[in-house]
Amino acid sequence: MVHQYKLNGCNIVLDTCSGGIHLVDEVAYDIIACYKEKSQDEIVDLMLQKYGHRADVTEEEIRGCISDIAVLEKSGKLWTPDTFEPLAFDFKNRSTVVKALCLHVAHSCNLNCSYCFASQGKYHGDRALMSFEVGKQALDFLIAHSGTRKNLEVDFFGGEPLMNWDVVKQLVAYARTQEPIHGKKFRFTLTTNGVLIDDDVIEFANREMSNVVLSLDGRKEIHDRLRVDYAGNGSYDRIVPKFQKLVESRGGKNYYMRGTFTHANTDFTNDIFHMADLGFTELSMEPVVCAPDDPAALTAEDLPIVMEQYELLAKEMMRREKEGKGFTFYHYMLDLTNGPCVYKRISGCGSGTEYMAVTPWGDLYPCHQFVGEEAYKLGNIWDGVTNAAVRDEFKTCNAYARPECADCWAKLYCSGGCAANAYHATGSIRGIYEYGCELFKKRIECAIMMQVLKATDNENADC
Amino acid sequence: MERIKTIETRDLNKSVKNGGCGECQTSCQSACKTSCGVANQPCENDKK
Repeated sequence: MVHQYKLNGCNIVLDTCSGGIHLVDEVAYDIIACYKEKSQDEIVDLMLQKYGHRADVTEEEIRGCISDIAVLEKSGKLWTPDTFEPLAFDFKNRSTVVKALCLHVAHSCNLNCSYCFASQGKYHGDRALMSFEVGKQALDFLIAHSGTRKNLEVDFFGGEPLMNWDVVKQLVAYARTQEPIHGKKFRFTLTTNGVLIDDDVIEFANREMSNVVLSLDGRKEIHDRLRVDYAGNGSYDRIVPKFQKLVESRGGKNYYMRGTFTHANTDFTNDIFHMADLGFTELSMEPVVCAPDDPAALTAEDLPIVMEQYELLAKEMMRREKEGKGFTFYHYMLDLTNGPCVYKRISGCGSGTEYMAVTPWGDLYPCHQFVGEEAYKLGNIWDGVTNAAVRDEFKTCNAYARPECADCWAKLYCSGGCAANAYHATGSIRGIYEYGCELFKKRIECAIMMQVLKATDNENADC
Repeated sequence: MERIKTIETRDLNKSVKNGGCGECQTSCQSACKTSCGVANQPCENDKK
């Protein structure tokens, strides 16, 4: 399958199944577009009609280009046949390993953000903190089910995990004692709203956390509109200096400043630029996930605005990079030569199989976004996965599980999308969250364009 | 190829043979938490 698009002065051709990417001129772009439908003579006629006035476009030259395209097809870089579907079901179905847990150490929060998908950390249930005993059992469960995997990941999540900080520290200490015994390496992530960050948190997080995710929505007026405490006061002024101190003492690495944008700030690039202007360089900004009737929800009218914003972001990032003031945007990070293998690309995020969420009570869910959905409870950390029906549903959820994805060029970039988004949009994890698909495809097009220009020294850029 | 520049990328078909070790980061352990993107996870297979 081939996908063609024009962006920022680039004519880009993607070959879905090989992962091939080609930067082409407009003549080759048009030839590729009709290559499968027309004969060679018809293509020559069409191109001469369109470009015959140009000195560089001759019949001989067009035939040369057609020949180049044929070589690419033959060498598996264009129209590569899709042979991955049997692998997708077999690979994931065979997997019995758990390698990552999202530990909900606090179903409670000191902020009261109305758009929170976790309903202020309570996940539509009771407030609770995870005990050390439950957390320890969760780590033992992870080790016991991790098979030969060496790298194990644990995200301290909530609610607000700093509300249960002592337990977090005890769990990290316990995990470190288990690493040499079992030949494992724990990578910890802390996701926090920042309110309770102090010197102790900074010192410990910088020593023990492989990654820190810091919640900031951008400009003060945007952030404080929704990220408020229970008295209704915005949190921006309290957290930004703490984030700056933490990031600086961390050497400016291994963190993400993560924001959420909503219907209220479809000009969210200004919030990303604001984060960059505050000195942060590792940035992420996610579209809000909420019910369609929520005032924060993105609307159909917002879609073209948001799409344009993603283009604007890519261009501004490249401009700032040239000025030595570059920053990264999570969704534009692509490693074309050392990216994920096809197994990762077809099997997705691993929710419900190798990745699970653990509640303060030790219940297991397919991921943090399913916590509170009783029908999706997988089991618990003492008895393991006992809900075979849900487990099997997730085992067969992959890039080939949805008929809508069959002809989608982006399926090996998103693996069929987020199961939770699909569930919330359609009631089924095998559904399609179409709005999210549109945004995702735009982001990947932008990310690839940036990589293409980087690989070709920006010679085609309009920016 | 005058009109076509092929960018260096990992060949997904070849990765059928040398991939699948599972050591790479779980995508939701990084920053998204509300979407699925696997393409930005670096490969951690040291035997490929």
